[in-house]
Amino acid sequence: MFDLQNWTTALHEWMLGILPEWAAILIESVLVALIIITLYAVFAIVLIYLERKICAFFQCRLGPNRVGKWGLLQVFSDVFKMLQKEIIRMRKSDRFLHDLAPYLVVTASMLTFACLPWNKGGHIIDFNIGIFFMLAVSSIGVVGILLAGLGSNSKYPMIGAMRAGAQLISYEISIGLTMLTMVALTGTMQISEIVQQQYDNGWNIIRGHIPALIAFIVYLIAGNAECNRGPFDLPEGESELTAGYHTEYSGMHFGYYYLAEYLNLFIAAGIASTIFLGGWAPLHIAGLDGFNGVMDLIPGFVWFVGKTFFVVLLLMWERWTFPRLRIDHILSLEWKYLMPISLFNLLLMALVVVLGLGININ
Amino acid sequence: MENNNYIQGLFGGLKTLCVGLKTTMREFFTKKITEQYPENRETLVMFDRFRGSLVMPHNEENEHKCIACGLCMTNCPNGSITVTSRTEEVDGKKKKVLDKYIYDQGICMYCMVCVRVCPQNAIDFDQSFENAVFDRSKLIKQLNQPGSKCQERKPVAKPAAPKPAAIETSNNQ
Repeated sequence: MFDLQNWTTALHEWMLGILPEWAAILIESVLVALIIITLYAVFAIVLIYLERKICAFFQCRLGPNRVGKWGLLQVFSDVFKMLQKEIIRMRKSDRFLHDLAPYLVVTASMLTFACLPWNKGGHIIDFNIGIFFMLAVSSIGVVGILLAGLGSNSKYPMIGAMRAGAQLISYEISIGLTMLTMVALTGTMQISEIVQQQYDNGWNIIRGHIPALIAFIVYLIAGNAECNRGPFDLPEGESELTAGYHTEYSGMHFGYYYLAEYLNLFIAAGIASTIFLGGWAPLHIAGLDGFNGVMDLIPGFVWFVGKTFFVVLLLMWERWTFPRLRIDHILSLEWKYLMPISLFNLLLMALVVVLGLGININ
Repeated sequence: MENNNYIQGLFGGLKTLCVGLKTTMREFFTKKITEQYPENRETLVMFDRFRGSLVMPHNEENEHKCIACGLCMTNCPNGSITVTSRTEEVDGKKKKVLDKYIYDQGICMYCMVCVRVCPQNAIDFDQSFENAVFDRSKLIKQLNQPGSKCQERKPVAKPAAPKPAAIETSNNQ
């Protein structure tokens, strides 16, 4: 299996040879940050294009097909348009909070983005409470959304932000419980460790069979709600709230929300592929050693991105199938259905682990 | 009982959600209906009931069916039709003959009332929709061709009596 650790260690030692330690670490951090930001932008562009095409296909249309071959340049032109737009500031809005809010949203999603396991040895933030850290930093986004509503001095952002706050905080419970279910199965919160276990023993969704599958479905529903997408996009339901909490934003400030929305989709899918579908771990079938060897030749990065885009497809399928819910329906779905199911599921998973009913390859 | 409803509702809901997912997945793979207009201009066929612009069909002998009764003109809600007629003397009888049938497409709202009220089926909508011009006056068209005359009516065939009206009168009696 291709291990990125060898390369990073070699690079670090080469740097230590010509630079003092603090300078080497500084340069490495800047390099890693640049890589993350580039990946962030690239994935946002890919996802926006994908969303437009897939949405069109679900609605029996062709989607963008005029700018460039198959409309490939459409997103680039949209990005450049967004970069040129003026950032409009309203009178009587809280200038500081209004400007701070989009950065908080983007920071939260970038921090979560950095937790994803890209490859063997390709973890950027990885320590023993990785899952908790991921949950914690992804919740900073809620603060950004609430500040946007508060700072805009306008009624639509305010209502949108209140709805978003209620919704995000509720669905975080389901997300947390499903993640805990999988943590109960793996017995560790370190993300690299979780993936390594799945490399050794098979993907979690197979190891944990029934409870893992239930957790996966609950996660898909709650994940879409966490991204403010799909049937749960009423914080920005345009027929009632114009654009919800980002009504008063223009130019790149709006662009940050747009970017964060799509990257949150990628992150939700990335977490799902990490804790359920094995992250960078290739597909192994017990007994077929030749097949497993071939699968090992495919680098972990390809596995991870492939699985993530598969989950993205599932999330988009969900989004473009169901009509938007009402706020009381959203909350009753979470508190009356998803949360009891996840609690019950956690119990089931605990039983499976205690009785040793999980299916391990080795 | 309450609990039972909860469980039933949960599974019933899941089932209907799956039906929705199945429908969209099937749609994902169907042939897309988007018409790529300027490219497919040669092969593009508009559907039959499409109201492109008002025409007055003429037969091979340059004859139309209009008897210049003016019903279309009086019924047009926008006043986009102007029928001018002249009287001609045929076999010693005075007869109203169509002189000019002017149709201003610029103010037409395509309600199709004119076609419905026409007792002779003399006018119809065709499928041509490329009506963009640089000057509004180009949208004012004369529908009867120059030198055309009214088709000789067969004495027996009285075409297309408005049926709904007939039913209405019978109901009233």
